[in-house]
Amino acid sequence: MQPTQDEVLTQHLTREYEWGFEADLDQEYAPKGLSEEIIEYIWAKKKEPPFMLDFRMRAYRAWRDMKEPHWLNGHYAPIDYQDAYYYAAPKSVAENRPKSLEEVDPEIRRIFDRLGIPLEEQEILAGVAVDAVLDSVSVATTYKERLAKMGIIFCAMSEALENYPDLVKKYLGTVVPYNDNFFAALNSAVFSDGSFVYVPKGVRCPLELSTYFRINARKTGQFERTLIIADEGAYVSYLEGCTAPRRSEHQLHAAVVELVALSGSYIKYSTVQNWYPGDTEGKGGVYNFVTKRGIAYERAKISWTQVETGSAITWKYPSVILKGDDSVGEFYSVAVTNNYQQADTGTKMIHIGKNTRSRIVSKGISAGKSNNTYRGLVQVLSNAENARNFSQCDSLLIGSACGAHTFPYVEVKNPTAVVEHEATTSKIGEDILFYCNQRGIPTQEAVELIINGYCQEVLAHLPLEFAVEARKLLAISLEGSVG
Amino acid sequence: MLTIRNLHVSVEGRGILKGLTLEVRPGEVHALMGPNGAGKSTLAAVLAGREGYEVTEGEILFEGQNLLELSPEERSHAGIFLAFQYPVEIPGVSMIQFLRAALNAHRAAKGLDPLDTAELMALLKEKAALLKLDPAFLSRSVNEGFSGGERKRAEIFQMAVLGPKLCILDETDSGLDIDALKVVSEAVNALRSPARSFLIITHYYRILQHIRPDVVHILADGRIVRSGGAELAVELEEKGYEPLLAAV
Repeated sequence: MQPTQDEVLTQHLTREYEWGFEADLDQEYAPKGLSEEIIEYIWAKKKEPPFMLDFRMRAYRAWRDMKEPHWLNGHYAPIDYQDAYYYAAPKSVAENRPKSLEEVDPEIRRIFDRLGIPLEEQEILAGVAVDAVLDSVSVATTYKERLAKMGIIFCAMSEALENYPDLVKKYLGTVVPYNDNFFAALNSAVFSDGSFVYVPKGVRCPLELSTYFRINARKTGQFERTLIIADEGAYVSYLEGCTAPRRSEHQLHAAVVELVALSGSYIKYSTVQNWYPGDTEGKGGVYNFVTKRGIAYERAKISWTQVETGSAITWKYPSVILKGDDSVGEFYSVAVTNNYQQADTGTKMIHIGKNTRSRIVSKGISAGKSNNTYRGLVQVLSNAENARNFSQCDSLLIGSACGAHTFPYVEVKNPTAVVEHEATTSKIGEDILFYCNQRGIPTQEAVELIINGYCQEVLAHLPLEFAVEARKLLAISLEGSVG
Repeated sequence: MLTIRNLHVSVEGRGILKGLTLEVRPGEVHALMGPNGAGKSTLAAVLAGREGYEVTEGEILFEGQNLLELSPEERSHAGIFLAFQYPVEIPGVSMIQFLRAALNAHRAAKGLDPLDTAELMALLKEKAALLKLDPAFLSRSVNEGFSGGERKRAEIFQMAVLGPKLCILDETDSGLDIDALKVVSEAVNALRSPARSFLIITHYYRILQHIRPDVVHILADGRIVRSGGAELAVELEEKGYEPLLAAV
């Protein structure tokens, strides 16, 4: 007998998380919990300039007075913030920052190898410069020299604070203020590392800049802070990829990404997120509470592309403030949820300048008992003459126990604005699978084909080499999961 | 090639086919005609292995093999092709991607390596020309935004690419204008060979003027009530079903 569709479905839905290994690294921790003393400890440990202590302390105090938000379309138990470590670094790195790849702890390099991104290979593979972040300390940055010749700075945030404090001070917190929201405030208080990019005037960054994040230590939250600045007329494409080991307890990930696109520049930011989603019963998994926002000045363009397949809970709204006239914001998203995953994601496009344009394409795929929510805001302020927005939100349901929700908020204060919204909900039907089967394509492959087709419009915006990876992830998360 | 003996099929407990017997030999073209609800499309679905059709009695042998034991994709690999009455859309999947997946699945089943892109494109372009399809059509999503006629033509194009042994055309002629019908018929005639058989399900004599059948069957109430040569289709065209069925 052939396996039935249900059997194929079950087989694929129960496939285990392949990246759930844990490396045994000697970690250096800050004492548990959060207090003004801990903030000072982190600041001191990282030998940061004085303005950072002020920044962190203001953020901490703001956070202390805020309430954990629970308005998202999903639920999670309140998190005990005093029962977590806010600073963890592999000792070998903390004690002696590596100067070259050869100096990187072999164990750390083995982790990256198992993630499939051997740094040596990344160096050889043309077009990819990797800033690898393991827990809190950036372990290795490739291609720095080649980029440096063009005046491009691509380094760990901690290094930027050491070497370019004025640049960091000028822009840090200007897009996402320290008290923006509960998780952004937490991040501002305790962030330990992240990536920093600066592309000078008129320079087109010739490489895709890439960061791989990974949470390794137990009970540590990961709070990276990324700041990307494209000076006038500059161009940069940045890719972020994430995985985390499999654990039965939840891990918190509260990152902040700030993009500053000065006049005439273009920042393209792509994310492939594969944090551990929890097991088939909803145990464990990463809570991904992330604040991502960019500000686009005159004629600048910011484009967010995300493929979200992981995390137990995703709470994420990459946004663009279209401040300058003729600026452009784009958001292309694929969010996949399976088992007990909950995703509440979308974007905010805030039109301030004249002739500003934004485009939103969101593709949600829900399977198992998961919930997938698109939440988007298109705001056109009173001075934004001739603002244009087009939004398309599609939902694909697999099985009958999952949910898809769309909350498109629109606020228009200028009568010349044109805002369009389209939404569809569909299922992978038996007829389309049978059609594929009849042509000889087995069900699991057919689903992969159909899902890829469904996401094509978004995947097309990913840099080629990462689109391949995204397709693989989509296949692993969902292939054959059709009933 | 295809032997159907005393086939009984129910859908949701309701008997549709009630003792159908049919023998199709290699190289033969059979036309299956009959009024609406006679069970023509049910037969096509059962041959292709669609879910929801319960075979309660009888057997189907394809080249001596029990067809009912095979999954739909295994039947495809064995050489059965169904040109659908209502081909579905697959948004975002180009005809090239789709047929690459299909061809490579067929090749894998035979233990062959996947086709390289150059070989694939050469094959697709050759067959597109046979159906007088613009090569740009290959880059379009499968059936998305196609007119009814284009979809039917695309079905025969896929058939030409996969090169099956048994081609089942389920009302391929419905919705085709005269010119498209000619193109499709010429392509089918070009694909006729001593090793390839056709089962053409149709309401109309029209297509049989272009594709000359060896045998014509009339299906009524789940059974074949009359079989004959091409002249049976002519008789049907002239008199309609009523007198033919009344004589049974």
